[in-house]
Amino acid sequence: MKVLVPVKRVIDYNVKVRVKADGTGVDLANVKMSMNPFDEIAVEEAIRLKEKGQADEIVAVSIGVKQAQETLRTALAMGADRAILIVAADDIHQDIEPLAVAKLLKAVIDEEQPGLVLAGKQAIDNDMNATGQMLAALLGWAQGTFASGLEIEGENAVVTREVDGGLQTIKVKMPAIVTVDLRLNEPRYASLPNIMKAKKKPLDEKTPADYGIDVTPRLTVVRTAEPRERQAGIKVGSVDELIAKLKDEAGVL
Amino acid sequence: MAVLLLAEVTNGELQRDATAKAVTAVKSLGEVTALCVGAHARDAAEAAATIDGVAKVLCAEDAIYGHRLAEPTADLIVSLAGGYDHIAAPATTDAKNIMPRVAALLDAMVITDVVAVVDADTFDRPIYAGNAIQTVRTADAKKVLTIRTSTFEAASEGGAAPVEAVAAAGNPGLSEWVKDSAAASDRPELTSAGVIVSGGRGVGSEEDFHLIEKLADKLGAAVGASRAAVDSGYAPNDWQVGQTGKVVAPELYIAVGISGAIQHLAGMKDSKVIVAINKDEEAPIFQVADYGLVADLFDAVPELIEKL
Ligand SMILES: Cc1cc2nc3c(=O)[nH]c(=O)nc-3n(C[C@H](O)[C@H](O)[C@H](O)COP(=O)(O)OP(=O)(O)OC[C@H]3O[C@@H](n4cnc5c(N)ncnc54)[C@H](O)[C@@H]3O)c2cc1C
Ligand SMILES: Nc1ncnc2c1ncn2[C@@H]1O[C@H](COP(=O)(O)O)[C@@H](O)[C@H]1O
Repeated sequence: MKVLVPVKRVIDYNVKVRVKADGTGVDLANVKMSMNPFDEIAVEEAIRLKEKGQADEIVAVSIGVKQAQETLRTALAMGADRAILIVAADDIHQDIEPLAVAKLLKAVIDEEQPGLVLAGKQAIDNDMNATGQMLAALLGWAQGTFASGLEIEGENAVVTREVDGGLQTIKVKMPAIVTVDLRLNEPRYASLPNIMKAKKKPLDEKTPADYGIDVTPRLTVVRTAEPRERQAGIKVGSVDELIAKLKDEAGVL
Repeated sequence: MAVLLLAEVTNGELQRDATAKAVTAVKSLGEVTALCVGAHARDAAEAAATIDGVAKVLCAEDAIYGHRLAEPTADLIVSLAGGYDHIAAPATTDAKNIMPRVAALLDAMVITDVVAVVDADTFDRPIYAGNAIQTVRTADAKKVLTIRTSTFEAASEGGAAPVEAVAAAGNPGLSEWVKDSAAASDRPELTSAGVIVSGGRGVGSEEDFHLIEKLADKLGAAVGASRAAVDSGYAPNDWQVGQTGKVVAPELYIAVGISGAIQHLAGMKDSKVIVAINKDEEAPIFQVADYGLVADLFDAVPELIEKL
């Protein structure tokens, strides 16, 4: 079985995000970029399926600016076999919307015919949590979202999902889309020899036009603003003082 | 203008708080029709009919909707979408699963986690773990939204909307429910609780996490946790507060042994009053706390429990 893993290049999760003064977006120039943390988990899961003999090829796909090559090289260094980069933007500040990403991924999937797609549950930049579900809709496939457990059983995938009420287990027919949550696994680091080897693995470059897909955004960003800042309050010296403040000042006890 | 609102129904029961908050968010967009879906949805539909601002309730009761599997539920919503400009739902995990699928089937770009409705086409939503608020305007004919409930007040009771049964759409038969593992609890639900006590990695073990629960019970509070506490097995996954967990805004949030990473703050910094108990006076949580207590939690929490 072939496994396809979409990986997104995003701002590193440790970076403090700054909104641009003119309100047009957040500043991404000279900022550390990394693979979306959820996508690292998806890549790791694909590698584990391969190690268990349940997958035979892992294809990583990224859509965005040319620099997303680096993200794909990371996936290759972790253990993906080959990569496809769809260059859909020149400006690092332009985000390709989940609907357009899903359309492009569908076109790739029509060619590649994977048995399973492992995506992240959410990209930590736009926080949309939408692409996997949209892709499943376009393909008419089953979806198993927010996975913290995954077992392949014949024609089905058994997915344990993190939901509001706890955990839900469902069985989905393959081919299927599974989106992964943070507790599915702990992704490995790429070793130096594997980083060297990854440089020789195939990385195909495409454009949306190659697939005949229009990536014009549906949403216009009117403005991007700082959230309302919270002021730090005071330090209290004792539990008694805390209780008194909560009773008399805040009125919440 | 008309709105179809997917009500939150769990095992036949309406989640009134989440649904009523979403009603508040969308009622300026047009007449609100609430859709209750489930193997049993009648009681939920009757309950949704009493939410002020709901003009009509559609009830789709069928075994195929028993566990709100995404594929049949999305197909049902699409089959009903014809008469509505907006299709919305509270941003629960159920809706996050279903609504992007609905949007793609309608060739629309979903707008998730809406925190403000500016006008019929324009919405605010947080990005980058709440470090920025983006205002977006959609060009789509049908607008598909999920509503972040923590920023809206629940609509009151007093409505008496008519309830109408609607036929099930087909079942694509792509997925099957196997089981739910939910721990039963008498505590208030996290996203609607007025007081929350959350524990982090600093609590140190599953046994010691009972201390957090004890404080919560003393206050009639819900229990939350940081990702680190959940990952370490001190607390179940559905207690996680943050960017990738639940977003809460109680009257009082008490963070114990939590450092205050941005991903955690994303889920609680709109709480009215924040208390932090941490032994590290440099912990970033103190930058958002109204009342900070620099102390060892193993001294402070038992003392709090005793004196409250
Ligand atoms: C993609 C992504 C998504 C994430 N989503 C979330 C999310 O939704 N929610 C979330 O919470 N995190 C999330 N995280 C993780 C987040 O970055 C932090 O790692 C996490 O919040 C840290 O949890 P913590 O504060 O409990 O642990 P730590 O950062 O280890 O802090 C423990 C604190 O306890 C204090 N302490 C220790 N012992 C004591 C004591 N005896 N008495 C008093 N204080 C004590 C320490 O001083 C310290 O400040 C996410 C991370 C990523 C990458
Ligand atoms: N531009 C992209 N390139 C590759 N994968 C993407 C892209 N955007 C989203 N994805 C995938 O979809 C998941 C969810 O993203 P989102 O719906 O934007 O929150 C990510 O974790 C990725 O697996």
